[in-house]
This record gives sequence, structure tokens and C-alpha cells, in this order.
Amino acid sequence: MKSHVIVFPGSNCDRDVAVAIKNISGHQPQMIWHKETSINQSDLIVVPGGFSYGDYLRCGAMASTSPIMQDVVKKAKEGVPVLGICNGFQILIESGLLDGALMRNSSLSFICRDILIKPKNQSSVFTKKTQVAKMPIAHNEGNFFVTSEQLKKIQDNDQIAFQYCDENGNISEHSNPNGSLENIAGILNENKNVLGMMPHPERAAELVHGCEDGKTIFESILN
Amino acid sequence: MLAKIYITLKKDVLDPQGSVIANSLKSLGFNNIEDVRQGKYIEIKLDSENEESANKQINEMCEKLLANLVIEDYKVEID
Repeated sequence: MKSHVIVFPGSNCDRDVAVAIKNISGHQPQMIWHKETSINQSDLIVVPGGFSYGDYLRCGAMASTSPIMQDVVKKAKEGVPVLGICNGFQILIESGLLDGALMRNSSLSFICRDILIKPKNQSSVFTKKTQVAKMPIAHNEGNFFVTSEQLKKIQDNDQIAFQYCDENGNISEHSNPNGSLENIAGILNENKNVLGMMPHPERAAELVHGCEDGKTIFESILN
Repeated sequence: MLAKIYITLKKDVLDPQGSVIANSLKSLGFNNIEDVRQGKYIEIKLDSENEESANKQINEMCEKLLANLVIEDYKVEID
């Protein structure tokens, strides 16, 4: 089991992800500085959350041009699982690996609280072990948007990974924290080996966090 | 040569910041506000042979990095 966590200037969830991976798989992931140009053989590449490049221009736009991203895109296209969390999701969108855009939250405020999500696609390498799960979101730009043609394409191809829901698993406007289209909290690429999600599973991955629901996502990929 | 780039959200994309600005302007007494759309303005100085090649380059920059074409439109003026 070899995993890699990419570190950009301004990443701040890189070590949390590394701890979650180590606890769940028993293997220490390798941290990769964004100026490096290649990643060795990998079973999982994580693009972590944070505020890469201070969110200049658009969240994730600057990081998507970092040297390492060329190899992340190449590995993703070869089928290596790539997980982008929060700012990592924004970076994967800006790199062209995932469809859509992440806009300012409809409330125009930074939201930091626990939410509930449930998988729509239940067979991908990332989503197959998760039921309704609680984990935190912490973002200002998580309002997922796609054009109606793109939405139809991702729906038809079962690319919606997670949707914000209530305790009973109902997808409703009330359970949508940020205005995301169709309550979308995470999406997959066409081949289902790339996942981008706004919620933080690494922050709900051990009892001391108050909730372990996020573990299911890592267990799904790592075991 | 100086390129002036205006980046705005596409017409069919909701602009919550624009709506809040509109409301604030109305509360200041500007009651004839019909709509507000906000965006970004970027100036780029570049050394270019002529306007055509500068325009071509700036458009490429907008498409590759400066604008997100899923949600944004851009307009370029070259001086």
C-alpha cells in the first residue's frame, strides 16, 4: 500500500490526512512537495484541503499550475485513485480532472460545522462502504455548479459521489448548507477513480474527533 | 501594450455578491437599481508585436487560467 499526499504552500489538512491514512492502513503516506515533478508508483494520491496560494485569483487556480499537478493529472488518467478534499476538490476542478465549478457559498459566509452526506454512487472505490455519514465542512467556496448539459452527463454516468442530506438520508433544500446544485457534496470523474468532495472525512476519522464516519471513505480505498 | 481584462459571471449564473451589493445600494437610497453583477478586473502589460498577437495571447491566458469558463465570461480591451 503506497499513498501520497501533495503539499502546497497554504495546505493545512495534509498532516490530518496522513494521520488518518496511517491509522487506517498502517502505512505512512509519503508527503510530496508541490514543486516536485513526479510521483512514484502509488495506490492513492490525496490532494488535501487548505488555502493553497491564499486562494488567489480563484480557489485552487494557482495550485493547479504547480509542477506536480502535471503528474497527478497523468496518474489520474492512468487510473490511479485520486482524492481531493475541500481545497483539493477545488484544485482538481481547476486542473480539469473534474467537471463543474465551486462558487461562493450562497449565504456568502464561511461555513464551519458538521453536515450529513450520503453516497449517490454506491459502487465506486471511494463510496462503497459509506452510508449516511456525519463529518465537518469548512469552506467559503463550496457551492457546486455545473451547466445543465454537464449535470445531465454526470447524472447519466453515475458520477455524483455524495449529496448533503438530513438524518434520515433525505436530500432536501434544508439539508443543503451552501447552495450546491442537487445538494452535490462530491463528484467522481468519468472513470470513477477521481473523487472531489467538500466535506472533510479526515476530520471525522477517530473517536477523539467526536465521530468516525469519515473512516469509511478511507477504508473503502485503502482495504 | 496594456491589456484590460473584465471577468464576470455568466448571465445565467446566480451572483449572490451582486444581489447583496444591489440591496445595499437600495438601502442607501438608490432606488432605481435594476441589477448588479460584480466581477474581476485584471491589467496585463506585455511586449507584443501588434494588437492581433497580443489579443490572441491574452485570450489564451484567459482560457487557460484567468477565467473559469464554466461560470465566467471575459472581455478584453487592448490599449
